[in-house]
Amino acid sequence: MAEENVVSLHGTWASPFSKCVELALKTKGIPFEFVEEDLRNKSPSLLKYNPVHKKVPVLVHNGKPIAESLVILEYIDETWKTGPKLLLEDPYKRAQVRFWAGYLQQHLFVTMSLVCKSDGEVQEKAIKELFEKLKTFEEGIKDLFPDGAPSIDCSNNLGLLDIVLCSQFGPHKVQEEVLGITTIDPEKNPLLFTWLKSLNELPLVKELTPPHEKLVAVLHFFRNYALKSSAA
Amino acid sequence: MAEEEVKLYGTWRSPYSRRVEIALKLKGVQHKYYEEDLTNKSPALLKYNPVHKKIPVLVHGEKVIAESHVILEYIDETWKGYNILPKDPCEKAKARFWARFIDEKCIPALKKACASIAEEREKAVEEACELLQLLEDELKHKKYFGGDCIGLVDIVANFISHWLKVVQEVVGVELLTIKKFPRLCEWSEHFVCHHAVKDCLPPKEKLLAVFHSHYGSATTSKC
Repeated sequence: MAEENVVSLHGTWASPFSKCVELALKTKGIPFEFVEEDLRNKSPSLLKYNPVHKKVPVLVHNGKPIAESLVILEYIDETWKTGPKLLLEDPYKRAQVRFWAGYLQQHLFVTMSLVCKSDGEVQEKAIKELFEKLKTFEEGIKDLFPDGAPSIDCSNNLGLLDIVLCSQFGPHKVQEEVLGITTIDPEKNPLLFTWLKSLNELPLVKELTPPHEKLVAVLHFFRNYALKSSAA
Repeated sequence: MAEEEVKLYGTWRSPYSRRVEIALKLKGVQHKYYEEDLTNKSPALLKYNPVHKKIPVLVHGEKVIAESHVILEYIDETWKGYNILPKDPCEKAKARFWARFIDEKCIPALKKACASIAEEREKAVEEACELLQLLEDELKHKKYFGGDCIGLVDIVANFISHWLKVVQEVVGVELLTIKKFPRLCEWSEHFVCHHAVKDCLPPKEKLLAVFHSHYGSATTSKC
């Protein structure tokens, strides 16, 4: 099934969900065409391929669309059997990864987004919640790393959780610069800090991370837009 | 490994908990069930799910798994036999997509429509029906979302087949009707009679009582 390989990814350069899929495709060594979408003016293709959510990312494999980043990642792992595995074979290890990937996307990232688009009391409350969730994550992932800080080798062999984590929290210094707070503190979250640092040093991650200034500018824009909308 | 003891922590009225029961039944897995009182959570639940402190939680030997979607996939991968998810990666991806859609979009919109009153209700009902229409269209002419046999999407849609009907009756809102969604209604009739599902549904009278007390004060304060 993977023999005829026409793969395209509809995404945006600034979207961490798009980034997840790019990292997965590159980790597996799958050639693909990246279609940059303008979310203010969505292409007819995007609306055709993802009529339910009308969002990026969408992977199109031999004309068949798959939407939702975590669904896409598992599809990639199951379809391309050669190359590194994104998920291990053991059902319990897979369950742990799925649980924490879900936590990262549905809880941590959502709270982080709220911190980015709010101010005053709402932001203060969101920051407190963020730190609590980061602490929960730090405690929770200790089971995954019984020997302490994760050792990522330089072979670019990222697993699913590595990919989700570094897409969403890899650029934490961007958030810290724009918001003026330390989100991932090496003292409060030593495991998470070390893990992110190792991931950010990988050649593949560096290659796919947009320039710091560009990300800072887009986060400023996103924050200002959100604050203006909520004030209106 | 698959022979180790299986325990399920849940509640009689939770569709999420009942999903796991359906999956275990489909696979023929014997398990011990522990009914939780969510107003007074057991030390076991708090130990097994310290992150969310919620049910369902599946304990298989020493392994603990939380979150219904994660549990359903674990069950499918651990015990052979019945396929809850399709084997084909593309069909599997579609199933996961629709399962997420139901939980992340559909059910919250349905609950919102049921809880809203007065001017907000019409808009909330309209939005919920738009989402139900997507499921109606996805069902096409299949007996189940999984085709001839029930699968992940059917199991995750259990709320629609049973709980929704009860809430609708209590709050007097028209969401899932034969006129608007004939296929979904027919699916629902087949689903609730399925051998693995029929004993995994809370008794209607008990649910009615719970929802009357939950939604009762909201509906009587209509202006």
